[in-house]
Amino acid sequence: MKLLKSIVLASALALAASTSSMAQRTDVVIGMVLEPPHLDPTAGAAAAIKEVGYANIFEGLTRIGPDGTVHPQLAKSWDISDDGKTYTFHLQTGVKFHDGAEFNAEDVKFSIDRAMAADSVNPQKALYSAIESVEVTDPATVVVKLKHPQGAFTWNMAWGEAAIVSRSSADGNKENPIGTGPFKFENWAKGSSIKLAKNPDYWGEAVALDRAEFRIIPDAAAAIPAILSGDVHAFSNMPAGDALPQIQSDPRFKVVIGSTEGETVLSTNNKKAPFDKLEVRQAIAHALNRDEIIAGASSGLGTPIGSHFAPHNPAYVDLTGTYPYDPAKSKELLAAAGFPDGFSATLKLPPPPYARQGGEIIASQLRQVGINLEIIPVEWADWLSQVFAEKNYDLSLISHVEPNDINIYARPDYYFQYQNPEFNKVMEELDVTADEAARKELYGKAQRILAEDAVNGFLFQMPKVGVWDAKLEGMWENWPLSVADLTKVHWTE
Amino acid sequence: MTAFLAKRIGIGLITLIVASVVVFSVLEVLPGDPALLMLGMNATPEALASMREQMGLNAPLIVRYLNWVGGMAVGDFGRSFTYSSPVIDLIAERAVVSLPLAVISLILSTAIAIPVGIFAAARRGKVGDTVSMGVAQVGVAVPNFWFALLLIYVFAVWLRLVPAGGFSGWGGGIWSGVKSLMLPAIALALPQAAILARVTRSAMLEVLGEDYIRTARAKGMPRRYVLWRHALRNAMIPVLTIMGMQFAVLLAGTIIIENVFYLPGLGRLVFQAITQRDLIVVEGVVMLLVASVVVINLVVDVLYAVVDPRLRVR
Repeated sequence: MKLLKSIVLASALALAASTSSMAQRTDVVIGMVLEPPHLDPTAGAAAAIKEVGYANIFEGLTRIGPDGTVHPQLAKSWDISDDGKTYTFHLQTGVKFHDGAEFNAEDVKFSIDRAMAADSVNPQKALYSAIESVEVTDPATVVVKLKHPQGAFTWNMAWGEAAIVSRSSADGNKENPIGTGPFKFENWAKGSSIKLAKNPDYWGEAVALDRAEFRIIPDAAAAIPAILSGDVHAFSNMPAGDALPQIQSDPRFKVVIGSTEGETVLSTNNKKAPFDKLEVRQAIAHALNRDEIIAGASSGLGTPIGSHFAPHNPAYVDLTGTYPYDPAKSKELLAAAGFPDGFSATLKLPPPPYARQGGEIIASQLRQVGINLEIIPVEWADWLSQVFAEKNYDLSLISHVEPNDINIYARPDYYFQYQNPEFNKVMEELDVTADEAARKELYGKAQRILAEDAVNGFLFQMPKVGVWDAKLEGMWENWPLSVADLTKVHWTE
Repeated sequence: MTAFLAKRIGIGLITLIVASVVVFSVLEVLPGDPALLMLGMNATPEALASMREQMGLNAPLIVRYLNWVGGMAVGDFGRSFTYSSPVIDLIAERAVVSLPLAVISLILSTAIAIPVGIFAAARRGKVGDTVSMGVAQVGVAVPNFWFALLLIYVFAVWLRLVPAGGFSGWGGGIWSGVKSLMLPAIALALPQAAILARVTRSAMLEVLGEDYIRTARAKGMPRRYVLWRHALRNAMIPVLTIMGMQFAVLLAGTIIIENVFYLPGLGRLVFQAITQRDLIVVEGVVMLLVASVVVINLVVDVLYAVVDPRLRVR
């Protein structure tokens, strides 16, 4: 009996030892708030599509790394002609799509031509606007000719929307995404979760995870118990709200506040009276107290901005002091513009909490200087139609999340209705400049013009509230692109 | 009984046709462009035009209505704008969550409410009545999402008996599916049970005051037998009405509970489809819900006739 007991004990111990030695987890559950409408990055703008697929399922010629710089991906390397108009991409060889199809130069040509075609539904078609032609020299070489030199071309090709898709499976990517990445799409329980599995035939460095699941948790109140109970291991950007200190103080979790490409601005209709007057826009800028807005709209985590540019970008210039908070000055400017008693206007707010909460604070700040805002909450679809497409608004509040998107101010029909030939010239110059120092200089100039023109009320850079299990490593700390790249994610025990 | 059924079914069909016109026209006037919503703020005008064409938004209104209704008549609900999969598949995927959830909740609430209602009615004015109706009052007043969060913190975060949310699917066996529906079903059932218990009690009280009950008791019939056989059957009409209404609400009106437990149910499908202007999905789900309410009402009508034979002749 005693013998039996010790045998049982010994084997139990052995079992325990063997399970602990192989306890290195290889699965992860990532929480996300919004469900993607479908999974084809070349046919929808929703950030959630890229959050699941970027670098995991789909790859491009180039990619953006966690530091925001361009790295080679399906293109091993590239040569640029002296006039800057011809890019010769040397491709990786031995790459296969998840359905077994061979990847080669024809797929690159196919993907680019498809995105540029007349019937293309690519949401970032403008990324391709400089391309004149794509030619296949041999299965491992593609030559792209541009109409004019474009400084940001390899960066453009790193966007999620510029994914390289297969000739044989491109039309099915919405439901069954087929890429060349280290993870294969496994299954999508709509409304619930998206599962990926390791691609055993991956051409590059193998990933540490065997499987990954994106779980859709639409409600902020549900996100907190999901992470506390261990059901979900990580949120790239968690809607934690007031519960953040509770998670921060719990040693089981790591909370990393990072930056994003989201410039949050008080969008202003620059053509509509009285906002067409510079004094009025300056008066609004002087009336805004950024610290209060950041405290109320982003739990104090946002970074103040004075122009439309991300503070983590090397070309950033701090212009928050251009029109400092000064209600007295604001009133003077309003009087000079012919509104000694202020005026009334509307403020249309989209659904995200930062907009609704920030809007309330801004309305009360502007009331101090005599500007009475009527707050009109609108649904997202409504915002896009009324404010963005029809430009039927006075003021709005929104975060512009596209990376490096200062060029939107040069668009002729953009909803800010801002037109400044001087700014447009800077943008044109920037587009054809490849030299880093010169680009930096031009970016600085552009930021200054926007700040001085007080085009919009420049408020803050949206924070990224990363929350994950303390034993999980390799998640992105910042969001140069809003993606959940799992290629370097692993468990430490 | 046949004439009774035929009349009810006829009324149901007319309701469906009227509903289809209303649903379609209401959604058409909803502001928002589905193509713009899909392609976002950087989309070029050409890309938007291609997307509209792909979504079939360029056909005239009347053509689209007739296509839609004609399709539904043969079981084709169309294809989702956003998911690009057949609407009927989307609904089926969600129904395997919503339907069992509604059924479990209804069973739970009935199993709690009817005995409690009868118990309270039988002890009218005594401590048992006061206490149970007091609890029911609290149950009516407490919002179900708050109650749901309370359940999550106790059973998922502290005790770790069940997952905090999500649906494991039916692939892993009935038990794992039921387990992930347990907390939401309780959260949905208790407030409903509170209402149902109050309705049962008052219906029972009314019946218990009738002469035939006194007669039955005077004949020396056991109290329990009188309560369950004579009184309950006559008190069932209002109880069935409320149960029918509650079941209809449970099918799609559970969006808040679905969000709190991140369950992929019908309520969330509709909500998501509305925010994404996936009109064809909204239309399909709403029509299906109208149809299920019509069917539930039909069943309730038939049940009336079962419990009260006098109603069969109408």
